[in-house]
Amino acid sequence: MTLLIEESAASTQKKAHKVRGKVRLREHLMGWLFVGPFGIVFLALLIAPLAYALYLSLWQKKLIGGTNFVFLGNYVKAFTDPTFLSGVWFVVRFSLVAIPLQIVIALAMALIVDAVTSLFTRFSRLMIFLPYAIPTVIGAVMWGFLYSKSFGPLTDIFGLFGATAPDFFSKNLIFYGLINVVTWQWAGYYMIILYAALQGIDPSLYEAARMDGAGKWQIALRIKIPLIAPALLLILVFSLIGTLQFFNEPQILRYLAAGTIAPGFTPNMYAYQQAFALANFNYGSAISFALGGVVFVCVYAFLFFTRKRRSFL
Amino acid sequence: MTARSRTAGRQRPQRHFPLQVLLGFLVVYFLVPFWWVIVNSSKDAPGLFGGGNTMWFADRIDYVENLTRLFTYDGGIYGRWILNSTLYALAGGVGATILSVMAGYGFAKYRFAGRRFSFSVMLGALMVPATALVIPTFIMFSGLGLTNTIWAVILPSLLNPFGVYLMHVYARDAVPDEILDAARADGAGEIRTFFRVAFPLMRPAVVTVLLLSAVASWNNYFLPLAMLSDNRLFPVTVGLGVWQGVASANNAGSTSLWSLIILGALVSVIPLVIAFFTLQRHWRGGLSVGGLR
Repeated sequence: MTLLIEESAASTQKKAHKVRGKVRLREHLMGWLFVGPFGIVFLALLIAPLAYALYLSLWQKKLIGGTNFVFLGNYVKAFTDPTFLSGVWFVVRFSLVAIPLQIVIALAMALIVDAVTSLFTRFSRLMIFLPYAIPTVIGAVMWGFLYSKSFGPLTDIFGLFGATAPDFFSKNLIFYGLINVVTWQWAGYYMIILYAALQGIDPSLYEAARMDGAGKWQIALRIKIPLIAPALLLILVFSLIGTLQFFNEPQILRYLAAGTIAPGFTPNMYAYQQAFALANFNYGSAISFALGGVVFVCVYAFLFFTRKRRSFL
Repeated sequence: MTARSRTAGRQRPQRHFPLQVLLGFLVVYFLVPFWWVIVNSSKDAPGLFGGGNTMWFADRIDYVENLTRLFTYDGGIYGRWILNSTLYALAGGVGATILSVMAGYGFAKYRFAGRRFSFSVMLGALMVPATALVIPTFIMFSGLGLTNTIWAVILPSLLNPFGVYLMHVYARDAVPDEILDAARADGAGEIRTFFRVAFPLMRPAVVTVLLLSAVASWNNYFLPLAMLSDNRLFPVTVGLGVWQGVASANNAGSTSLWSLIILGALVSVIPLVIAFFTLQRHWRGGLSVGGLR
């Protein structure tokens, strides 16, 4: 067997000049053969729709005069449209509160579950991860029950202390009501990713740090957290992309929080309303694209700042 | 191996009682909605709205009756929704996995022209808001007469750039070039090498990508909401959302619908919760691949 491989390796070397062109062509063909099917789906269901949405967003449909080419007119309209702007402002504010909160909780849980090995922590790990198995829609439905005045527990619980229950469907508190839903939904998932990263750290590093006199807290802060920074960054970027596209939870709670969550509450809800309720596909596409632009700018800005910050550390 | 040396490095078992108490509180928080749904899906309408304890069972426990009502309401539409969700999750999951495994392997193991460019385009696609694709896809599908069919939901879920990325990372690290070259030297063709040599080595990541894509399809809401108008094609997420809208809009007259929604929410999460518990080994393997890089 070894002989055979050696022999063939030697003969390959000899013939290398002759067959190089042939081998290369074969490698190109096989590469594209494997990547091709995905490539077709990618072109048909990602590139083509994106290009089409861009095209649509440059036109405007009027009752009189038909469809006209307006170039960036829809974008000018979007970025001066108070509904769109307030939606963007909402998701940006929401991201600034929800993401750090989720990450801090996830990180704390991951550090505990990593440092303390007991049956209970193993059980907790599973239970905290459980909400990830729940579709976001069902999660929102479930929290909708808990917030409800007619059959939620809040009235009873606050009644025990003689207080009135907070109404998470009111204009003032809906922000926190939604923060709670997404934290519940995602913190466990992030915890598992961070925990997996923590488990990948070489334990001899802790040993060395202990020799140098580092305590548990110092090990957590100075060794564990810096070493899982790539995983933290990955989570931050994905949760930023996801949160800016906020749709499912407010769309579901909209029925219960009638009057609080308007159809244009988040940019994605606004795009949905424009396209599917008002059949204004041009403006809907423009809003989607404008939101994509906002996502891109936010992610880029975030990556820029974190890179800079790290060079200081 | 890492796990063993970790425990060996520890001198004594660590308890950290306060930390465990903190963890206990968090576990309660994460379980509260499940508890509420389990308790309240056992109630009939008077039990639900009668002002009894909302966090404990009523005197009457009506699981059987509520289940019967859930699966017979409106001609058994709920059972159909569950079956639809299962179909969409299986078809989307298997399809997306086949495409991801092939593409990930291709990107990792062949130096073909345009590889770098197409790979970076694909990575850029991870940033594209999935929902931004729904509007143009809807118009394209409606031109092809595909809206309001199962294909409108299945075809878009075949696209999983993250799965390709995961498979690429895994194939690069877990399938050594030497083994592939040895198989080729022994006269195996490229396809045979892939199925006989590479695929078995990639199997753990394949299972993870299959789970991730199936769950993504099962959880999908925006896409089927936009694509489907026939309620017999709805997945359970859209169906329950519609019921909830009806029940909230008509709060007084629809008390009986609420108990169906509560039980419907509980029943719909059971398959996935079971899948998570039984397959957790595969989850963790894949998540660590995705999380570390």
